[in-house]
Amino acid sequence: MIRIGEKTVRRLLMAAAFSAIGGLLLIALFIFKEGLSFFIETGFRRFLFSDVWDPQSGRFGIFPMLVASLWVTLGAMTLGAPLGVSVAIFLVEFVPRSVMRVVKPTIELLAGIPSVVYGFIGVMVLAPFIRSSFGGPGLSLLAASFILGVMILPTIISISVDAITAVPASYREGSFALGATRWQTVRMVVLKAARSGIIASVILGMGRAVGETMAVIMVAGNAVKIPHSPLDSVRTLTANIALEMGYATGRHREALFATGIVLFVVIMILNTAAGVMVRKRVSGKRG
Amino acid sequence: MRLPPRLTQAFVVSLLGLATAATLVILVFVIVFILRKGLPAIDSEFLFTKPQDMGRAGGILPTLVASVILPLIAVAIAAPLGISTAVYLTEYTRESRVTRMIRFGADCLAGIPSILFGLFGFIFFVTILRMGWSLLSGGLTLALMILPTIIRTTEEAIRAVPNAYREVSTSLGATRFRTTAKVVLPNALPGIVTGIMLGVGRSIGETAAVIFTAGSSLRMPASIFDSSRTMSVHFYILAREGLSSEMAYGTAAVLILSVLAVNLVAYGLMNRFIRRRS
Repeated sequence: MIRIGEKTVRRLLMAAAFSAIGGLLLIALFIFKEGLSFFIETGFRRFLFSDVWDPQSGRFGIFPMLVASLWVTLGAMTLGAPLGVSVAIFLVEFVPRSVMRVVKPTIELLAGIPSVVYGFIGVMVLAPFIRSSFGGPGLSLLAASFILGVMILPTIISISVDAITAVPASYREGSFALGATRWQTVRMVVLKAARSGIIASVILGMGRAVGETMAVIMVAGNAVKIPHSPLDSVRTLTANIALEMGYATGRHREALFATGIVLFVVIMILNTAAGVMVRKRVSGKRG
Repeated sequence: MRLPPRLTQAFVVSLLGLATAATLVILVFVIVFILRKGLPAIDSEFLFTKPQDMGRAGGILPTLVASVILPLIAVAIAAPLGISTAVYLTEYTRESRVTRMIRFGADCLAGIPSILFGLFGFIFFVTILRMGWSLLSGGLTLALMILPTIIRTTEEAIRAVPNAYREVSTSLGATRFRTTAKVVLPNALPGIVTGIMLGVGRSIGETAAVIFTAGSSLRMPASIFDSSRTMSVHFYILAREGLSSEMAYGTAAVLILSVLAVNLVAYGLMNRFIRRRS
């Protein structure tokens, strides 16, 4: 048997440990390399705030997609955040631990349902329902928001449950001792203590909603225009990339990578914000 | 007007309970809906023959094969890297600026949307490294995607191994490496496998990152250098182009069942692991 020195092992492990951050840097490097020159040539403002996207005539403005992504994400958060946090509160505070031990893994298990399946359900069930009850094409901002809102539930629930569970029992006992009901305790003590973890869960859910692609392509309708009602067909940033990447060449392809840059920057801001929130929670507990 | 606290509590609790019930109903509906429509389409012909007429008839065998090979490639690359990272973070260093940076990198990588992995894989593996649309390009892209999951779960599993185990091994004269290899890792194994299975589940269900790297050829792949369509990509194309809803439901059912089975194994292992520890 060959004896490997401790130092060699340490060096090898350290090299491997940089694989994740190396991958992240590679992704950033190549997306920026392909899209940045286009971004600069076109101009920051022309690219982000022009509302004409017409690859054939060489005009690339992503404003409609930017607005659509914003609305779809807001819509998804309106449904997903309150629902997810409610479920988390209920599971930790108001049901026996044994029930939570069954329900939480079930919900996490469902997080594995592929996004294309959610998209398909949106097309087969939700879109026809919206079309017949509210009018419009059915495949719409509303449909996309609803599907995304459901898709981010497991993320929000799972992380919020962890944050609420981490609140020390002594906090609750102190509140009970003062004569507060369980709900008063939750509202005034537990939620305050778990706040940054819950916010982190919502931000991470938001990141998932912004970045989701296949489900959105299937249910949002994909028309390039600024939406005027929730029933309008919209195309998000992610959908724009995925729909046109298959055949885009030259400037058009660069424009799609530039769209990727916008997406990358938004996601990194959200990730950093979530990271800050999580760290705040940890340091708050120690201090 | 102020309601008595007990009444407010009863009201709020029923609202929260309703929210929980609604969530479970929606999530269970998704599965039941797909399985009810899809299970009747599944038979041995569906699973074990090639698709015909662009997938309108026949089976899904090549996509099933691709959906087995692709996660295997991804895990073969991501597991050694992820486990090494976790071992380094837990056994070989103290908390420092470097470890925080590595963790932050992994967290950010976990948050990158799959379409960006697709863009990257297309430019880097498919185009620059000239691997073309192939199972290898797809597997490498997925490896990057599941790396953070494997790092995180392995790290947690290793941390759960009691320090006394390490102390005994060290006091017997074992080096750090031997202690890690013979004591720590075997005890952390179920947790590590959980991370790997979660990565496999994610790889099977992934579409956006795969369609631009592994391509969408419907032929049976002869090697990992061939382009091949996974089940999820096949399902996406069937559904979007409206080729055959019967085939789409059938494929979706197989897809969901495989992902759920893989995740169930993962969580089952994790539960046993946790119970043994406590």
